[in-house]
Amino acid sequence: MSRASIALAPWRHSSVLVWAAAFALAYMLWIWGGEVAPWAMKYPRAWIVPLKFWISDGMSWLIEDATFGLFTFTELTRGISWLIERPYRLALGLLSHGLLQGQGSDAVQILPPLTWIAIVAIVVALGRFTKDWALAALAGGCFAYLAIFGQWDGAMVTLASILIAVPFGIAGGLFAGLASYRWRTIERLIRPVLDLMQTVPVFAYLVPILFLFGFGPVSAIIATIVYAMPPMVRITIMALRGVPGEMVDLGNMVGCSRRQMTWKVLVPSAMPGLMVGVNQVIMLSLNMVIIASMIGAGGLGFEVLASLRRLDIGSGIESGVAIVVLAIALDRLSQALANKNPPEHSEAEARLPLWRRYAYTSVCLAIVFATGLVGLAAGWVQSYPEAWAVTTGSLGENLVRWINVNYFDQLEAVKTAVLLNVLIPFKRFLLGLPWIAVVALLAVAGWRLGGWRLALLCAVLSLFNVTVGLWAKSMITVYLCGISVVFAALIGIPIGILAAERERLWGFVKVVIDTLQTLPSFVYLMPVVMLFRVGDFAAMIAVIAYALAPAIRYTAHGIRQVDPHLIEAGIVSGCTRFQILTKIKLKLALPEIMLGINQTIMLALSMLVITALVGTRDLGQEVYIALTKADTGRGITAGLCVAFIAIIADRLITAGAQRAKARLGLE
Amino acid sequence: MFHRGRYFGVLAGAAALIAAGALAPQAKAGVESKDPIKLTLHDWTGQFITTKIMGEVLKKAGYNIEYVQADYLAQFAGLKTGDLHVAMEIWETTGRDAMDEATATGKVENLGETGLQAIEEWWYPAYMKEKCPGLPDWKALGKCAEAFSVPETAPSGRYLGGPVTWGGFDDERVEALGIDFEVVHAGTDAALFAELESAYQRKAPILLWVYAPHWAPVKYKGEWVDFPKYSSECYNDASWGTNKNAKYDCGKPRGPIWKVSWSGLKDKWPGAYSTIKNSKINNDEMGAMVSAVDLDGKDLDGVVADWIANNEGRWKTWLP
Repeated sequence: MSRASIALAPWRHSSVLVWAAAFALAYMLWIWGGEVAPWAMKYPRAWIVPLKFWISDGMSWLIEDATFGLFTFTELTRGISWLIERPYRLALGLLSHGLLQGQGSDAVQILPPLTWIAIVAIVVALGRFTKDWALAALAGGCFAYLAIFGQWDGAMVTLASILIAVPFGIAGGLFAGLASYRWRTIERLIRPVLDLMQTVPVFAYLVPILFLFGFGPVSAIIATIVYAMPPMVRITIMALRGVPGEMVDLGNMVGCSRRQMTWKVLVPSAMPGLMVGVNQVIMLSLNMVIIASMIGAGGLGFEVLASLRRLDIGSGIESGVAIVVLAIALDRLSQALANKNPPEHSEAEARLPLWRRYAYTSVCLAIVFATGLVGLAAGWVQSYPEAWAVTTGSLGENLVRWINVNYFDQLEAVKTAVLLNVLIPFKRFLLGLPWIAVVALLAVAGWRLGGWRLALLCAVLSLFNVTVGLWAKSMITVYLCGISVVFAALIGIPIGILAAERERLWGFVKVVIDTLQTLPSFVYLMPVVMLFRVGDFAAMIAVIAYALAPAIRYTAHGIRQVDPHLIEAGIVSGCTRFQILTKIKLKLALPEIMLGINQTIMLALSMLVITALVGTRDLGQEVYIALTKADTGRGITAGLCVAFIAIIADRLITAGAQRAKARLGLE
Repeated sequence: MFHRGRYFGVLAGAAALIAAGALAPQAKAGVESKDPIKLTLHDWTGQFITTKIMGEVLKKAGYNIEYVQADYLAQFAGLKTGDLHVAMEIWETTGRDAMDEATATGKVENLGETGLQAIEEWWYPAYMKEKCPGLPDWKALGKCAEAFSVPETAPSGRYLGGPVTWGGFDDERVEALGIDFEVVHAGTDAALFAELESAYQRKAPILLWVYAPHWAPVKYKGEWVDFPKYSSECYNDASWGTNKNAKYDCGKPRGPIWKVSWSGLKDKWPGAYSTIKNSKINNDEMGAMVSAVDLDGKDLDGVVADWIANNEGRWKTWLP
C-alpha cells in the first residue's frame, strides 16, 4: 500500500469528515467570529428570554389566585402538608419527644417516647428477623453508636422524617411505576419528569415547596420525597417488565381480575427488584438530611451545619458519621429484607398461640413496655445520660491544625501549579468559545452517536441555556465539573482496576467509597477550605471526593464481568499481563467504564450547589443566590440549566456506550 | 396485640393524662390567646439567643411559644401569610431590602430596634499590624497590598468578602478608594471563618469581612479597618469623599438589628406585641453570651436561663 493511500484511509470514513468539517468551522468562527458576527461570540442581552420572571409570576398566581372552584391551590397543598404532618408528629413523638397534648410550649407530655434501650432492641430484633445475629449485632451497634456519641436526639428526629418520607416515596414510586407499566402514554409523560427530578438541584425547588407547603419539617419531607422517588419509579417499571411471561399467562388462565393480576401476580413476582428500589429510596433520603435541615427539618443535618458554623470540626464529623452509621444500619436491614425468603406458614405454626407466632413482635413489645415503665423511675433507661456520652473532642480539629501548620506550603504549591496550568487556562478557553459553535458541535455529536433525534435534543437543550442568559455560568459549570470528572476518572479507574481482582483491597475500598458518598460533603468541605482557601480548587476537591465512587465501582464491576474464557485465550496466545489488561479487560469493560463516568458526571453536577457554598461562580451559585433571595423563577431557571447539561451528557455518553457495546459484540 | 381489656385500661390511663394535661396550663395568667406564637430560628448562635430570651420572657408572661426553624430571607414569605409570627433579628446591613419589601405589603410590621448594633467591616488579625504598620487607617492598605497577597493574586492583595448575597459593594469600594486588592467571595460564612481560622493558626496574612455580634472578633485578636465614615451621601453621590468621581469611597454602614412580626400579632396577642416592642439587649452582653456558647461550649439554653435569672428587673419592665 502506498503512503498516500494510508494517509487517505481515514478520510473514507464519513464520520471523520463530518467531525473535521465541524471543528474547522468552529475554529474559524472562534478566530474571526469576533469581527464578523459578534452576536455569535457573546449572546446579546436584548435577546434574553425573561423566563425567570414568567416562572415567578406563575408561582405567585399559583399561591395567590389559582383555584379549583371549591378550594384554592394553596388550600390543596396545605391539605397535603396537613396529611403528612399527622404521621410525622406521631413518629416524632414516639421516637423523640413523647406524645404531647397541646401546642407550643404549653404542650404536656402524656406518654414518654420509646426508651433508647427499646429502640436498640427493636433494631436488633429486626436484624435477627431479616437475616442473622451478625446483622443484628451490626444494626444494634450502629444505633448504640448514636447513643454513646451523644447523637441520639438528632438521630431520632432525622429517623422520624426518614420513616415518613420513605413510605411516601415508595408508595408514590410504586404507583407511578404501575401506571407507566400499564399505560405507555403515562410512561412517555413520566420519563422526562423523572429526568428532571433527578437532575434539577434540590435547592432550586426548595423555595416553591416552602411557599406551597408552609414552613417546617413537612416541606423538608416533601423535598426529600421528590428527590428520592425517581429511582423507585424506574426500578418498578423495570421489575414489572422483568416478570416472566409465564407468570402473566398463568394469571390469565386462572382468571385473575385486573386488580388481582397487579397485586397477586405482578407485584409479588417483581418483589426482589422492587426491594432494590426501596433501598435506593432510603439511601437518597439520607443524602437529603443536610439540605432538608436548611429548611427546618432539624436533626443530624442541623447538628452538622451548626457545628461547622462555629468551626467545631470534631463534632461536625461526629454528627456526619452518625448520618453514615444510620445509613449503614438502614441500608443493611433493607437489603436483608429484600433477600429474605418469604416465610413458610406451616399448619403447626398456625396452631401456636398468637404471641408465639409473632415471637419477634411480642418480645419487642415486652421490652418497649418493660423499659418504658422502668424508665419512668430511672432516667438512664428512658434516655441515654449525657454524662456517659463519649466524644472525640478536639481530635479532628487538632489533626486539621497540624496539617495546616506543617504542610500548608506544600499544599499551596500543588494548588497553585494546578490552578495556573490547568484550571485557569481551561476556564478561559471554555468561556472564549462562541456559543453558536458549541451548540452546533453538540448537535453534530448527537447526530453521529444517536441520529437526528439526539441531535435535536442536544441543540434545543443547549440553546435553552443560551437564551435564558446563563451561558457564561453554564460554561463555568462545565469547566468545574469537567475538570473534576477527569481527575475523578484518573484516580478512580486505576483504583478500580487494582481493586477488581483483589478481594481484601476491594472490601476496604468499598467501605471508603460508601462512606464518602453518605458522609455529608459539608463535613469535609470546611477542612478543605482551611487547607486550600475558598475558590474553584477547594470546590474541585469536594466534587472529586463525592463523585469518585462510581468511577471506581463501575470499573471494578466491568473488569470482573469480563468473560474468563477470553482472558484464558489471551494467556494461551502468549499475551503479557499488560497486554491482557489493555487489549482484553479494559477494552471489554469499556462500556461499563463509560457508564461509570456518566454516573460520575451526574454526581459532580449534583454537588454543584454545595460547591457554591465555597464561593464558585457557576450555576450552583445562581441556584444558591435564588434560594437565599427566595426567588422562585431564578432558581428554577438555573436548575433547569443544570438539568439540561446533565441530560445532554447522559444521552451522549449512553449512546456512545451503546455503540461501543455493539462494536465489541457484547449485545 | 393487646388484650382487649388491657387496651381499654391503657386508653383510660391516657385519657386521664390528657385531662390532667389540659387542666394544667389554666393555672397561668390570662393571656389573649393560647395559640402558640411562632418565633423563627435561623442558623447563627446570636439569633438563637435573642430569640430564646424573648421566648422565655413571653413564656413567663403566660404565652404559648413555639420555635420554628426557617431561613433568614425565605421567612418573610411565612411572616406575610401568618405561618410565622416573629423574627427577632433582621440586620440593617443584610436584611434591610427584604424587610422593606415585606413591610411595604402591610402584612409585616417593623417592631423597632433590638438594641443590638450590627458592625460589618474589613477586619485583620493583630499580627498583620507588624507587616503593615499604618493600620488600621485604610490608606495603609494602599501601601502594603502585597503583604496581603497570595500566589494567585500577587502582587495585588487579597480581600475575602462575604457571600455575594450579602452585597456590601466591596468591588466598588476597592475601585473607588484605588487600593490594589482583589475581592474574592466566600460562599458561606462558615467558609469565611474557616479561612480566618486557618490563616490565624499559621499567622498568615488575611483580610476579610467580619461582622459583630459574632464569636470571631472575640476569639481572634484583631481590628476593623478605619475607612472614611459611612454616610448615605457616600453611597449615593459620587462627588462625596476622597474620590470625587466614585461612590462607595467609605466604610460599610453600621446599623441596628430590627425585630419584625406578622401584622396580625398586634390584634391577636396585644400583650406579647408590646412586650416584644419594649425588649432591648446590647452588644456587650450578646457578645459574652455568644462566646460562652460557641467558644466555651456551654449549653445555649443554660446561658439563656442565666440571663433570665440575672436580669429579672429588666425584662419585668418589658411586660405589659
